Amino acid sequence: MKLIYEKSQSGRTAYTLPRYELETPELPEALRRSEPPRLPELAEPELVRHFTELSTRNFGIDTGFYPLGSCTMKYNPRVNERLANLPGFRDLHPLQEEEGAQGALELMWRLQEALVEVSGLHACSLQPAAGSQGELTGLLLMRAYFTERGEHEQRRKIVIPDSAHGTNPASVTMAGYELTPVKTDARGNIDVEDLRAKVDEHTAGLMITNPSTLGLFDEHVEEIARIFHSVGALMYYDGANLNAVCGISRPGDMGFDIIHINLHKTFSQPHGGGGPGGGPIVVRDTLEPFLPVPQIVRDGDTFRLDFDRPKSIGKVRGFTGPFGVFIRSYAFIRMWGPQLKRMSEIAVLNANYLLARLRDAYDLPFDRLCMHEFVVSARSLKREHGAGALDVAKRLMDYGFHPPTVYFPLIVPEALMIEPTETEPKEVLDEFCDALLAIAREAADSPELLKDAPHDRPVRRLDEVRAAKRAIVRYGFEDHPDLGAEPVEPRQLEAQKGA
Amino acid sequence: MAAEESYPDELKYHREHDWARIDGDEAVLGITWFAQDSLGELVHFEPPTDGQQIQRGASYGEVESVKAVSDVIAPLSGEVLEVNRKAVDEPETVNADPYSEGWLIRIRLSEPAEADELLDAGAYRAFLAEQ
Repeated sequence: MKLIYEKSQSGRTAYTLPRYELETPELPEALRRSEPPRLPELAEPELVRHFTELSTRNFGIDTGFYPLGSCTMKYNPRVNERLANLPGFRDLHPLQEEEGAQGALELMWRLQEALVEVSGLHACSLQPAAGSQGELTGLLLMRAYFTERGEHEQRRKIVIPDSAHGTNPASVTMAGYELTPVKTDARGNIDVEDLRAKVDEHTAGLMITNPSTLGLFDEHVEEIARIFHSVGALMYYDGANLNAVCGISRPGDMGFDIIHINLHKTFSQPHGGGGPGGGPIVVRDTLEPFLPVPQIVRDGDTFRLDFDRPKSIGKVRGFTGPFGVFIRSYAFIRMWGPQLKRMSEIAVLNANYLLARLRDAYDLPFDRLCMHEFVVSARSLKREHGAGALDVAKRLMDYGFHPPTVYFPLIVPEALMIEPTETEPKEVLDEFCDALLAIAREAADSPELLKDAPHDRPVRRLDEVRAAKRAIVRYGFEDHPDLGAEPVEPRQLEAQKGA
Repeated sequence: MAAEESYPDELKYHREHDWARIDGDEAVLGITWFAQDSLGELVHFEPPTDGQQIQRGASYGEVESVKAVSDVIAPLSGEVLEVNRKAVDEPETVNADPYSEGWLIRIRLSEPAEADELLDAGAYRAFLAEQ
């Protein structure tokens, strides 16, 4: 497919702007362009065809199964969009006065209440824009809490398991803390003995994801809470995997003090392109005074923004956070209502169904029932046939599926991390298993099918190393390299033959 | 071009997949064939600074591939005497030749006795086989 610049023809135009009749403001000579910008020139039908063709090369949850582990790519109900498009929400200005925005404030307040209930904690701030910012905000709350108690200088360490999301150690460093890694035991839990040796009066807190990135619920979470609480440290719950436990177990009851919730994962939001996300945090009452301002509060029948919080760590995001995200997630939560538990139960059931069908064809690093996702390894395929996790993932694209997360968590070699979510029917789960089982057979019979994959996608195997080292991010008009690839014949797929 | 799997006999090995070529009170350090193969082609090596003290078992730098960023763990303690600029400028050298052209740093040993705890090539191979 040609780039839009390659289709450009001098003098073509899709739309002519009305003549500009206002006075032209004076611009200093130095700021004026000497030449017009080099924009592509196309007629409207060519423009529409270009972007329509591009759109057909996209892959999203609306076009197929997207089992990207840890990312919770669930179907986004259309009613969410309808509600987010109501003029009373859509046309609000962020600076609208409070009396004219009561509906929006009430929705945010009610969303906070729902998140408080799911968490088993006490107070919420919707501000953080995503999980990573929720983490940083949570750590800043820890710092404010210990500073007030006069313990900040003493408590410098945050404990993180080796299975953690990469954002956890990054947030710890950004917040000015020191990292204390802790090991995973043979059942995929935090190694409690290793932990006990590393937690003392210099520990500020723990950050864990539970269920972990291995898709396993930590069987020692109560013991872990006792260890941290006995030295006066705080516990942070990374809510990335909350989709597994809603209405079943609550982080507050497990002993956690701070949690972030990825609204875009657990509570539905189109987020495949990197946003928009939402990472509200919910905290125990002891941390409430430090929450970001403004807080959304209720006075009788009215709702308002409360800036008068002297101990607050301040704002962490412009205005009150990503409001469109709040509408969709609130709608999603209200649609499930008291049945929210079913959502998590089905997500866990779906993941265990996949695991049961795949366990003989791939290596299983921890042989346990999983939660809403699981990790298998392509290590034997790599060792015996030379085709690893990346090759399996690329071959899956030929079968019409988005690949799972690969090479994460880092503690499992050749990891494939699979999360089906609750929104997939059994037929889709079966087709996906058929494909992965077929690929395991292909690895043994003709491994080059995997190593050369994908075969029938718009682009073949991309050179990721070259892309990382020499990214071409703008069009070079005079010396643009030829990026076109030779078209290739699609290869036969075993699963489609009814294998 | 990736190198063929090998673990030279004259080197000492560490369970974190690093090797050391010890020469008197100095040692040249790098990552093993297994380490570079697991990571895939390297796109970046973040080295320590000259003169920095490194501790056995602690990270002295990072190697990054398109799959992951990984700490490089020191098999021995000492002071950094030299960083291999070629590994910094052309990190794929580490994939092509992990034991000579693709060395990472040279150090002056502060605890030479630590070398006794490292593995020889045979023991390291046996360790890999258990993984």
